[in-house]
Amino acid sequence: MTRFIWHAVRLLAAFLVAGMAVGLAFTIVSLPPASPELALTVADNMTKSGVSHPVTAVLLNFRGYDTLLEMAVLLLALVGTWSLAPIQEMPPVTPVAVLDSLTRLLTPLIMLTVGYLLWAGAHAPGGAFQAGALLAALGVLLNLTGWRLPIDATQCYLRAIMAAGLIAFLLAAANGWVHGMHFFSYPHDQAHMLIQFIETFATLSIGITLFTLFLLGRTAPH
Amino acid sequence: METLTALTLAFDVLLALLLLLTAGFALFGRNLFRAIVLYIAFGLLLALVWIRLDAPDIALAEIAIGAGLTGALLLSAWARLERSDDNQAADESSQSGQDQTRTPH
Repeated sequence: MTRFIWHAVRLLAAFLVAGMAVGLAFTIVSLPPASPELALTVADNMTKSGVSHPVTAVLLNFRGYDTLLEMAVLLLALVGTWSLAPIQEMPPVTPVAVLDSLTRLLTPLIMLTVGYLLWAGAHAPGGAFQAGALLAALGVLLNLTGWRLPIDATQCYLRAIMAAGLIAFLLAAANGWVHGMHFFSYPHDQAHMLIQFIETFATLSIGITLFTLFLLGRTAPH
Repeated sequence: METLTALTLAFDVLLALLLLLTAGFALFGRNLFRAIVLYIAFGLLLALVWIRLDAPDIALAEIAIGAGLTGALLLSAWARLERSDDNQAADESSQSGQDQTRTPH
C-alpha cells in the first residue's frame, strides 16, 4: 500500500515537473526576439548610472528593483530553512596542522579577494553577489576544516547583518524621495556612492545568509 | 584564421555535448553523491559556456553560487540524509537486538 502511494507521489511529481518544463519552453518560445535597442539604451545612459560597468549599472541602478527582490528571496530562503529544522550540532574536530595553517593563510587572501570583487564591480565583472558568495565559501571552508564559527542566529546583531543588504537597498531607494525624485532614482552626483553603499552591505548580508543556509537549520534557543 | 574558427567550433560542440552528458548522468544516476558531484561539474562547464558567450559576470556567479555554494549545500544536505539513515538503521538494529534477547524467555 505504501509502495502504491510512493509511486503515486512520484508520478504526480513527474507530471508537475513536466508541466513546468512545457510552461518554460512555451514562455521561451513566445519571448520577443532579442532587441538590440535595449543595449543601446543602456550605453546611452551609462554616464548617469554612477558606475562604468554596464552589468552593475543595470543590476543596481536601471533595474535595481529586480535586485532588491532577489535579496528578499535570499532572506526568505533562509527563513524557510529555519522553519524546517533545528541546526544539527557539528561534531567538534581538531584541525590537522596542515589544514590549520592553510586556512590561516587562505582566510586573509580570500577576504582580500572579497574586497577586490566588491570594489571591481563598479568598472569590471564582479560585485555584491560574487563577493558575497566568496565570503560564504570562506565560511564553508573554515567550517569543513574544523573551525566552529560562532554563528548564533538568535543574536540580533547577526540577524541585523542578514537584513542589512535589504535595508541599505531600501534606504538608497528612499533617498530619491528626500531629493524630490521617484522611489529608486538616485541623484546623479550621489549615484556612485549609493551603489557602493548598497553593494557593501549586500555583500555582508549575502555572505552571512548563504553560509547560514549551509548550516541547514536554525540555532536552537538557549 | 579558419583553423582557429574550426577549433573554437569544435570546442563549443564538445562543451555542449559534455553539458548534456553531465546533466543526463546527474539526473538519471541512482547514486546521490555521484549525482551531486556531476552537478558541480555541470556548473563549472556551464561557467565555461558563459565565458564563451562573453558574459564573465554570469560565469563568476555561476562558479561561486551555482557550482560552489549550491554544490556545498547539496553535499551538506546529503550528509544529513546519510546520518538520519544511519540513525534509523541503528534504531532498527537495536530494536531487533532487544527482540533477540527476549526470545529465549
